[in-house]
Amino acid sequence: MAQASNSTASPVLEIEGITKTFPGVVANDNVSLTLNQGEIHCLLGENGAGKSTLMNMVFGLYRPDQGTIRVRGQPVHFEDSGEAIARGIGMVHQHFQLIPLFTVAENIILGNEVTRGAFLDLDTARRQINALAERYGLAVDPDATVGDLSVGEQQRVELVKALFRDADILILDEPTAVLTPGEVDDFFEVVESLTQQGKSIIFITHKLREVLAVADRITVLRAGRMVGTAAADAATQQSLANLMVGRDVVFRVDKAEPDPGESVIRVEDLRVTDDRGVETVSGFDVDVRAGEIFGIAGVEGNGQRELVEAICGMRPPTGGRVEMLGQNTTGWSPRKIHQLGVAHVPENRSKHGVVAQYSIADNLVLNRYNHRKFALRGVRNTAAINAEAKDLVERFDVRTPGVGVAVDTLSGGNQQKVIVARELTGDLRALVVAQPTRGLDVGSIEFIHRKIIELRDRGMAVLLVSAELDEILSLSDRIGVLYRGRLAGTVDAADTTREELGLLMATGTQS
Amino acid sequence: MNGAGNANAGVGRAASQLHRLLTKAWRLQPLCVSLYAILLSFVVGGVLISIIGINPFEAYWALLRGMVGGGDEIAGSVARSVPFIGSALALAFAFRAGLFNIGAEGQLLAGGVTAAFVGALSWMSDLPGIVAIPLILIAGAMGGAIWGGIPGVLRAKTGAHEVISTIMLNSLVLFGVRWMVKSRDPVVLLDTDSTVPRTEPISDTAVLPELVDSQPTLHVGLFALLGVCFVVAFVLNRTTFGFEVGTVGLNPHASHYAGINVNRVIVASMAVSGAFAGLAAASEVSGTNGFFQPGTFSLMGFDGIAIALLARTNPVAIIAAALLWGSMLSGAPLMQQEADVSIDVVRIIQALVLLFVAADAIVRYLFRVRDLDQSPLMATSVEGAV
Repeated sequence: MAQASNSTASPVLEIEGITKTFPGVVANDNVSLTLNQGEIHCLLGENGAGKSTLMNMVFGLYRPDQGTIRVRGQPVHFEDSGEAIARGIGMVHQHFQLIPLFTVAENIILGNEVTRGAFLDLDTARRQINALAERYGLAVDPDATVGDLSVGEQQRVELVKALFRDADILILDEPTAVLTPGEVDDFFEVVESLTQQGKSIIFITHKLREVLAVADRITVLRAGRMVGTAAADAATQQSLANLMVGRDVVFRVDKAEPDPGESVIRVEDLRVTDDRGVETVSGFDVDVRAGEIFGIAGVEGNGQRELVEAICGMRPPTGGRVEMLGQNTTGWSPRKIHQLGVAHVPENRSKHGVVAQYSIADNLVLNRYNHRKFALRGVRNTAAINAEAKDLVERFDVRTPGVGVAVDTLSGGNQQKVIVARELTGDLRALVVAQPTRGLDVGSIEFIHRKIIELRDRGMAVLLVSAELDEILSLSDRIGVLYRGRLAGTVDAADTTREELGLLMATGTQS
Repeated sequence: MNGAGNANAGVGRAASQLHRLLTKAWRLQPLCVSLYAILLSFVVGGVLISIIGINPFEAYWALLRGMVGGGDEIAGSVARSVPFIGSALALAFAFRAGLFNIGAEGQLLAGGVTAAFVGALSWMSDLPGIVAIPLILIAGAMGGAIWGGIPGVLRAKTGAHEVISTIMLNSLVLFGVRWMVKSRDPVVLLDTDSTVPRTEPISDTAVLPELVDSQPTLHVGLFALLGVCFVVAFVLNRTTFGFEVGTVGLNPHASHYAGINVNRVIVASMAVSGAFAGLAAASEVSGTNGFFQPGTFSLMGFDGIAIALLARTNPVAIIAAALLWGSMLSGAPLMQQEADVSIDVVRIIQALVLLFVAADAIVRYLFRVRDLDQSPLMATSVEGAV
């Protein structure tokens, strides 16, 4: 944690009384925030609280309806991000703005090219980049192709890109969302070294532990309003969570002792290739029993996606065997597997989980539209579909004006609730659930966790795949770590530690 | 300068008044852009006509009388429009499944030649009309369905894009049927008694009854194609098959996940699309010509694309769009006769309509249409960004 003396330094960025509305939404309502020289200021809030909107205004991407922004005491009215960059503001977006086919150096100078006559001067650029990298401890190879880099390395490229444009005020939008626990620690060191050299940082996040680990001061937004600002040492996870959500949050997931029954999902020596034809699951074995939650932890990209898709019939395996409820389901279609009683909450919400333009009602019956209850001789029974939808919306607490509105007008959390409601309904025997709470707010996470545990307690076998270690730890009864397409180890959730799992995730071995 | 500014403001006000009326009073919000595109095209067309020194109002007055000036004109206009309904549905249906079927041109020919072949079979004359007529229409639809189904199969099995394969298949069938109809050695389908290259006349029992003896003939095929429009609307909006088609069109990944057989839907949608074009061609062969001649169908498939887009692929709106299209073509000769404006001007106006429908930003800007469909998207992008 940086020194408290920093907070007495002069403000480099002052946001005062900012209001921004979009059609039908007040994204920011009279928000104020001050960033001091050399400070790490965390902007904390649930999804949809207005964090990114606020920062997009500081970065010149949106214009505020009311209020003023001052940079080093001078009021500014940015027309576009170019003007913000000229004032020394840099932003690293949640989704990187890099061209994968270009080298690191080419990406960094893009839009700010170092030229000699009509030609790029890549040698000078390379020298400048190396100097920056050394000064701030950001190891990047200027000649590497960005597409070959890991996510953590790409993020460093983004940081160097901002520094290359002489940014002193850095806005980092959910920078740790894509990193492994080890990478997060490295990243925090980089952030500390940046502030020690005089940079000021706004750090957007909804992860409480990170806030407490790195912030000097914290501002909490809820539903577009500022609900509090505090020094980091005066805050606790509990107090921040309550501020964010507006009520008391229960962190621990209460669950009874598991009562595992017979084997329900049995995977043997499974081999699956990804879209490029590369084998990403190479001999995976697992055995999930009725009434238990088996969590699969692992750094993303170790075969999780292909594993889940192969089990659920969306991707034919190249080898091995999947057996569910005593039947050999290898190579079955998604519909047959669903009819067997295996539900699947997909990892990619917008790609697989919903049809964005369809109504909530149609999305809620997406895999049951042809059941006798909802269609008679090929003609859909709209009344029955709507009745079912109204019932599910109520039981799963989907916040919506009605079941007829398009699902893409809902927030991410409510869309996920629609998917969960659909998948957790019907005559189920097993559940395969991938990244069930990615990008969701604390309230929705709590709700979805409770539902998953409810199913387990009713005797269902649950296979949970998640990149969130906390989620794996708090939900699972047993935990397997997926490392390079294999099960690197299985541990009992009750007597493992974050450290043990982190080591398994990073190296594939326990020692 | 000031005057021009005022005039501009006046036009702008009139445009937004019109927009309010259309959306509030007539609930035409989804079709606003299309209506404005038509209006704008006629304005631009009028400017072109006055550039060549002719009073556009006179020209348009003649065009209008050619379109709907009397009973014969109206019947002729409707008759001209009938096949366009089928060729537009061929695009619209596939479009719902996310497929861009630009092969209606070829599917019409495939359907037309099949219908003419079946209609001219010797035993057809022994059948009563109530059997022979459905038979010739079904034959045409089957011909179109096969020709439309092929690109569907190619797409499903090999991933070949339907835009490319339908273009290829258009050429294949065009030159194929031309040869079949023209070849004298060997004689394939040529009617050797005829002075022009065409197939043998179909059996009298297979001829669709005439409604009005107009130019061209208005026949019962009209009801067949109108009926199909309403059936398609019902299938798309109310049936499980329509739901599958729409789901695949909007999100094939989610369809696969939800257990829909995406490849089957793709093949079926393409075949059904082709069937509509084939049906339109069969109804022309049976009701209008009595034989098959490839030239009759020239551009009919491509006009179908424009009509379907103008109708925003809504099967019921296709009826109105096809009527407009057909009657403009039907009315153009009178404009040429009376106002000395070339028939091609109508083609230019039609091309402008398609242009403005495709580049709808121009229309939205001019008429200040705020896209209501987009505002929820705005709201999500806000939340998504936070």
